[in-house]
Amino acid sequence: MGLQAYLTLAAVLFAIGLFGVVTRRNAIGILLGIELMLNAVNINLVAFARFWGDTAGMIFTLFTISITVAEVALGLALVILIFRVKRTVIADHLDILRG
Amino acid sequence: MSVSGWLALYAWLAPAVAFVLLSVVYGLRRSGRPAAWVSIALSAYALAAAVGAWWVARAEVSNRLLWDWIPMEAGPLASVGVLADADSTLMLILVALISFLVQLYSVGYLADETPASLGRYFAYQSLFAFSMMGLVLAPNFVQLFIFWELVGLCSYLLIGYWYQKPEAARAAVKAFWITKAGDVGLLIGIVLLWRRAGTFDFAELFQLVQTGALPLGGPGLVPLGIITFCIYLGAVGKSAQFPLHVWLPDAMEGPTPVSALIHAATMVTAGVYLLFRTSWLFALTPGVLELVGWVGAFTALLAATLACVQSDIKRVLAYSTVSQLGYMMAAIGAGFAVAGFHHLLTHGVFKALLFLGAGAVIHAVGSNDIFTMGGLWRKMPQTFIVFLVGTLSLAGIPAFGGFFSKEQILGAVFEGGLTAPLAMLVLTAFLTAFYMFRVVFIAFFGAAAPAAHGGGHGHEDGHAHDAPLVMAIPLWVLALLALAVGVMIIPHPAAEVESPHWLAFLAIGVALAGIGLAWLTYGAKVVDAERLSSAFGPIRAAAERRYWLDDLFGGIYRGVILALSRLVGWTDRYLVDGVVNLFSAWTLMAGDRLRRIQSGRPQDYIYGVALGVLLLMFFSLSRWPR
Repeated sequence: MGLQAYLTLAAVLFAIGLFGVVTRRNAIGILLGIELMLNAVNINLVAFARFWGDTAGMIFTLFTISITVAEVALGLALVILIFRVKRTVIADHLDILRG
Repeated sequence: MSVSGWLALYAWLAPAVAFVLLSVVYGLRRSGRPAAWVSIALSAYALAAAVGAWWVARAEVSNRLLWDWIPMEAGPLASVGVLADADSTLMLILVALISFLVQLYSVGYLADETPASLGRYFAYQSLFAFSMMGLVLAPNFVQLFIFWELVGLCSYLLIGYWYQKPEAARAAVKAFWITKAGDVGLLIGIVLLWRRAGTFDFAELFQLVQTGALPLGGPGLVPLGIITFCIYLGAVGKSAQFPLHVWLPDAMEGPTPVSALIHAATMVTAGVYLLFRTSWLFALTPGVLELVGWVGAFTALLAATLACVQSDIKRVLAYSTVSQLGYMMAAIGAGFAVAGFHHLLTHGVFKALLFLGAGAVIHAVGSNDIFTMGGLWRKMPQTFIVFLVGTLSLAGIPAFGGFFSKEQILGAVFEGGLTAPLAMLVLTAFLTAFYMFRVVFIAFFGAAAPAAHGGGHGHEDGHAHDAPLVMAIPLWVLALLALAVGVMIIPHPAAEVESPHWLAFLAIGVALAGIGLAWLTYGAKVVDAERLSSAFGPIRAAAERRYWLDDLFGGIYRGVILALSRLVGWTDRYLVDGVVNLFSAWTLMAGDRLRRIQSGRPQDYIYGVALGVLLLMFFSLSRWPR
């Protein structure tokens, strides 16, 4: 398979993730969407690294994965805190920044 | 090396030093008496320097000191400096002398003031002396105008010295407004003259006039007559000529020494001095000169009739000042400016004397009303003598200072061929003698009125007595000068007026007739005062309403100026502010609409970002296709 198949998979995955982030009402669902988008980027990196024969992309993917783990842990902690204060995790209800 | 210039400069700067000291040195102004003596000491120094400057200037050829002020490529646009010729230094002596004597007198007259306000008074006095000397010594129109405005400011400050009194505050504002109306004309005249001649300098202008390089008019040029008329307007305001004379009687609300210095001897004569200084310019426009003569004579007569109906001693003197200023203007209008200048000098001395004498009376009696006085010659013999000297001088009795200059003016007006103004002036001379001796007979002789007042200076028992020494010395100095000054005036080459002898006898005759009528009416009481005044029914009624001029100005003020300011105020409030408010309302409304975009939901923002990225990608791909 050529590079294009991987890129197409990544683009589709990214679009699905973005769709989830924009449409999900649950904050945890939004976090999942972000995960999907990040993994789409990971696929891109690995695909290009393999295609060009450059291991730098793979190493960057490792970095991304580890940072993503930290991000998810932080995001979930925030969601729990928000739930404690507001008794809800529905994104539409968290609009105190409304103008 | 101009010795007279330097001496005049020292005289000029001495009061400035006093003013700066009083303003800057901590605590000095509030200390009262010490501040007064600082100011007096420096004005005595100024007097000495002024006399020295005059002594040197009579023989010296180079008498100018100039410093560039506004430099330009083609020579300085304006300069500051000193022009100390024989005439300006003579005026300088008058200013320094009266200023010194008045300040000395004020120490006694204003003894009851608080130290802080006494210090304020002397700071103003020093500032005035500095400004007036700067005006007198000005070598060009720009410097003259600056100090012209400064003396106006000092006049305002000193009229309103008792600013807690509403009348004094109003009189100060009135004086400022009305003189300002004339000053606008002066400023316009100066600028127009500069556009014609290209210089402000008196000497250079004189050169242009001499060589005939200043034509009367021409295509595209402002006629010279309009320029001199505008300059004359400034003199009308400052020297209280008809119809702008209405501020001077009200200016009497200030302390009496101020009236003596500013509103009799020096500042009000600035207009006469200006016309005298630029008489060679006015000589080019005989039409304007004739107007000056007519207005002067008319003012003299009008003010003299007004003085006859006043019962306030200071107001009598104020109208008399207006009248005498009219005299000076008439002489200038007749083409003999030197005669007017001589009358300025003698009048400055004897009118200051009269005001200071009146001040001594007011100080002792505690009232301005001559009918509450009476029999004062017994209680205040010294004041009576000096006041009589001033009165005789003003009436134009031979051997007193006023006689010579007055006779010179009548001769000048006769020579100038102004017949009707001459008749007015002779009638004025009669009235002058009458109203002055009316005051003398009522206030100094007459029956002592019952003490219907609290008494001035703490004489609750109504026992008036002569002024203290510090006030008496200036009175005696001025009385001696009033006797001597007419004789001492240095014969001016241009002052030789060939007037017929009958004119002098006529002047003496009408003066004596005026005195006689006053004696018959108020001294011997042969003529009933009521019947005499009712014989002049309409004139008297008009004079008591001040010929409705104050009403006219009041009407103009209320009807035109206030209406205009209301209109401007309405325009500002509703039109200008309305446009501004409309814009701000639009801004508020737009902001209110726009803030709805900020939903506060992160998903909406992400949606927007994603949409924006897509759009950017779309545009970049469509613009740069592979």
